[in-house]
Amino acid sequence: MTDTASAKTEVRQLDSVIVRFAGDSGDGMQLTGDRFSNASALFGNDLATLPEFPAEIRAPQGTLAGVSAFQLQVASHDITTPGDAPNVLVAMNPAALKKEVHRLEPGGTIIVNEDSFEERNLSKAGYAESPLDDHSLDAYQLFRVPMTTITKEVCKDLGVKPRDAERSKNFFALGLVSWLYHRPSDTTLDWIQTKFSRLPNVAAANTAAYKAGHAFGETAELFHVSYEVRPAQLPPGTYTNIDGNTALSWGLVAAGQLAKVPVFLGSYPITPASDILHELSKHKNFGVRTFQAEDEIAAVGSALGAAYGGNLAVTTTSGPGVALKGETIGLAVSLELPLLVIDIQRGGPSTGLPTKTEASDLMMAMYGRHGEAPLPIVAAYSAAQCFEAAIEAARIALKYRTPVILLSDGYLANGTEPWVLPDVDSLPDISVPFATDTNGVDDDGEPVFYPYLRDPVTLARPWAIPGTSGLMHRVGGIEKEDVTGNISYDPGNHQLMTDLRQAKIAGIADDIPATMTAGDIDDADLLVLGWGSTWGSITAGMKRARAEGHKVAHAHLTHLNPFPADLGDVLLRYPKVIVPEMNMGQLSKLVRAEYLVDAASVTKVMGQPYTAGEIYTAIVDALTGEEGGNR
Amino acid sequence: MTDVVVPETSKTDWTSDQEPRWCPGCGDYSILTAIQLMMPEMGLRREDTVFISGIGCAARFPYYMNTYGMHSIHGRSPAIATGLALARPDLNIFVVGGDGDMLSIGGNHLIHVLRRNVNLTILLFNNQIYGLTKGQYSPTSEIGKVTKSTPLGSLDEPFNPVSLALGAEASFVARTHDMDRQHMQEMIRQAHDHDGSALVEVFQNCNVFNDGAFGAITKKAHRAEMLIDLQAGQPVRFGPDLNKGVVLDPSGCATIVDVTPENEASVIVHDPSHPDPSLSFALSRLSSGPYEPTPVGVFRSVRRPDYAGEVSRQLANAQDTKGPGDLGKLLNSRPTWTV
Ligand code: SF4
Repeated sequence: MTDTASAKTEVRQLDSVIVRFAGDSGDGMQLTGDRFSNASALFGNDLATLPEFPAEIRAPQGTLAGVSAFQLQVASHDITTPGDAPNVLVAMNPAALKKEVHRLEPGGTIIVNEDSFEERNLSKAGYAESPLDDHSLDAYQLFRVPMTTITKEVCKDLGVKPRDAERSKNFFALGLVSWLYHRPSDTTLDWIQTKFSRLPNVAAANTAAYKAGHAFGETAELFHVSYEVRPAQLPPGTYTNIDGNTALSWGLVAAGQLAKVPVFLGSYPITPASDILHELSKHKNFGVRTFQAEDEIAAVGSALGAAYGGNLAVTTTSGPGVALKGETIGLAVSLELPLLVIDIQRGGPSTGLPTKTEASDLMMAMYGRHGEAPLPIVAAYSAAQCFEAAIEAARIALKYRTPVILLSDGYLANGTEPWVLPDVDSLPDISVPFATDTNGVDDDGEPVFYPYLRDPVTLARPWAIPGTSGLMHRVGGIEKEDVTGNISYDPGNHQLMTDLRQAKIAGIADDIPATMTAGDIDDADLLVLGWGSTWGSITAGMKRARAEGHKVAHAHLTHLNPFPADLGDVLLRYPKVIVPEMNMGQLSKLVRAEYLVDAASVTKVMGQPYTAGEIYTAIVDALTGEEGGNR
Repeated sequence: MTDVVVPETSKTDWTSDQEPRWCPGCGDYSILTAIQLMMPEMGLRREDTVFISGIGCAARFPYYMNTYGMHSIHGRSPAIATGLALARPDLNIFVVGGDGDMLSIGGNHLIHVLRRNVNLTILLFNNQIYGLTKGQYSPTSEIGKVTKSTPLGSLDEPFNPVSLALGAEASFVARTHDMDRQHMQEMIRQAHDHDGSALVEVFQNCNVFNDGAFGAITKKAHRAEMLIDLQAGQPVRFGPDLNKGVVLDPSGCATIVDVTPENEASVIVHDPSHPDPSLSFALSRLSSGPYEPTPVGVFRSVRRPDYAGEVSRQLANAQDTKGPGDLGKLLNSRPTWTV
């Protein structure tokens, strides 16, 4: 489709472009952004996306509260973030313009749906006068496009009612922006046909609107330049564009296959974790059982029951749900059964920011249980990497018979990126044997089964599932005697069991990869230590700093308990350490306590991921003496 | 698990090596003995049998059975057992708990497990008191109960566990008491044979904190007068010479009357398998506490699909229509491109 730009239009090459679509919740901006991403992915660009939507399903129409936005960066090279300041803002109504325009780069492009800038919408957005006419946007390149009018016009002959036709205006916008950036149209048009095959009227209207938008760009003589972003030179392989929650769900399906046990998911709907429940419920043919429980507690309880029965048991949650699961996770620590607890972190406390990202559950994962209840923590660092993280969390849970908390967040959950599909045969075997035989003799010399006789290396206890003859045993939350598992209130035994549970988790440090490092590993003046979804922003921010000659290294943690065995050495290797986190400094506290290192905290809790620019600034500030501080 | 013939067992085989730690004279002992005695006749294997409990005196039960077992969390046993039943429909799962465990902290899980009809035999030991925490009133204690936490008497309306279960769409509900081993065993046997959730309320004496709570109805001398023995297909009659009966009064309430030749025909005939639970519910409302004539027996027993079976059926259907899961296919199920 690169030949559709008219002769009058100049075509410029770009390395990358950042587009932000914004409109009312009912305007279909998420869909528009998603389609633009997919067309770009199939075209071969690297990309990263950031959907941002309100927690309300339909906030009052036309208001600032109802604005839903979708930002993406597409590039001809490897990128790791959805970009900082957008080059283009598509604003479908005054509220979207008002709320989003401040993000735009200086001199950036604004494309508005002119039709929506009428009195009612203007006043709902708090504009006394139309910003299209009062010169307040003079610093930008403003394009006024009557999207609704044209869309209605082209739909007139299709027999589509005007009201329905109006709903297709997001496809007009998509067509226009697709023209502007030379996106292939076939991907989107095919998708429309498939998606709306049962609603031929809707399919026809969306197609007509898309084509009209595309043609408008070409013929309206409004746009004198269009842009090309060439495909990226990504490593060879087969790619798909994937979001974190889907990658995580597929990772769970894969983990069940690799462990050769059925997957059980007990879950209660909660944003932004619910999509994992939705996705897994589609894969029953893999033997995946999904159970929508009556509450968060029953969700994790049912998972623990399934774990006792020999399944790869999973529970998913977010926000306050994590707090509700605490007691059962404690029981799982005590029972020493494999259990995967997946926390898609969101802004808190309480209901907090349900649809916005934050990474503030690290301390909760680490210590959020009564008593001494250590457990391993794994964190995903990119949308696609959620697949691998799920398998790794399952591997640890199964091998060490322990609950594992896997931390993702709202940004990873909903954001997408191209993922090079792994070779299925190369995935690890994570299966563990069930106990089938007695493992000791009692005082009378009779063979017996000791449910708490540990593997000398892993310290894991045998996993004997109901149905296994001769191994009947009882487990429970009361402290158990070492080896026999019988109830014991003996003081020395409690100390021993507490030590053993701790040692089992600490020992996992020998069974996880060394700290992931990048940048000027040998001679950096500053180390940026990160965990979770900040990986992309730190990577991009560090790149900028290094391009200016700063010596910076990046260490990123995928395992937060235990820490990788070499983390202490890594931290002490560099004169300065900063720890940017989407919380008030939780990891920095942990590493300061553990390694007595002067790791400076950099914090941000605004419901949005770090931009590369913010990380860059934090790096430069730290290097030039300004302490890392609160954003 | 491959043997077709279940090996013969005795009570000893079902008894674990752990010494029960209930107070001497506690009703829990007689329930434990009744169950250990009946297990060999149930045609079950110990390794396929699991007892799941919450927290409380009753919840210590699993430790004393030589089966698989889990002493879990206060209130959560129905939820944990649900997960186990879904993962392992091949098992015989018993859930044991008291009135505080199942009706207070775990009330939510109990009603949901009943409405879903998960294949579980749920034994609710009702002693109308908190035992393990030393004597506070429970959700089944009568109004005005003077306890450590209610020195001036409790103010809460108690639950009637049978009414609650019927309201929660339970497909099997029965009531028995710890003074009649045979009746207990019969109720538990029927509950176990039932497909789906089966709730058995067992009146259980806590001789330390609520001694004699059920004495007025369960003492041998009082039983004929005070226990209304529900029998499927039989008129609801009781009394030393069956001189009392239950009829519906004009407003639709179940009422006890002296049976006369004139009213004999209007005595309710008990039908626990009736699709509508209304009459069973009316029977459950006959007594508001263990001091007036109280029905025992099976209130309701209807067939409904077992939840775990339905879940398994959906899985089997998915495999039939989509074929067994293929990971490579799944990863390629979205639009892909090759570099
Ligand atoms: S406190 Fe009551 S219920 Fe508990 S063991 Fe003692 S007698 Fe039994």
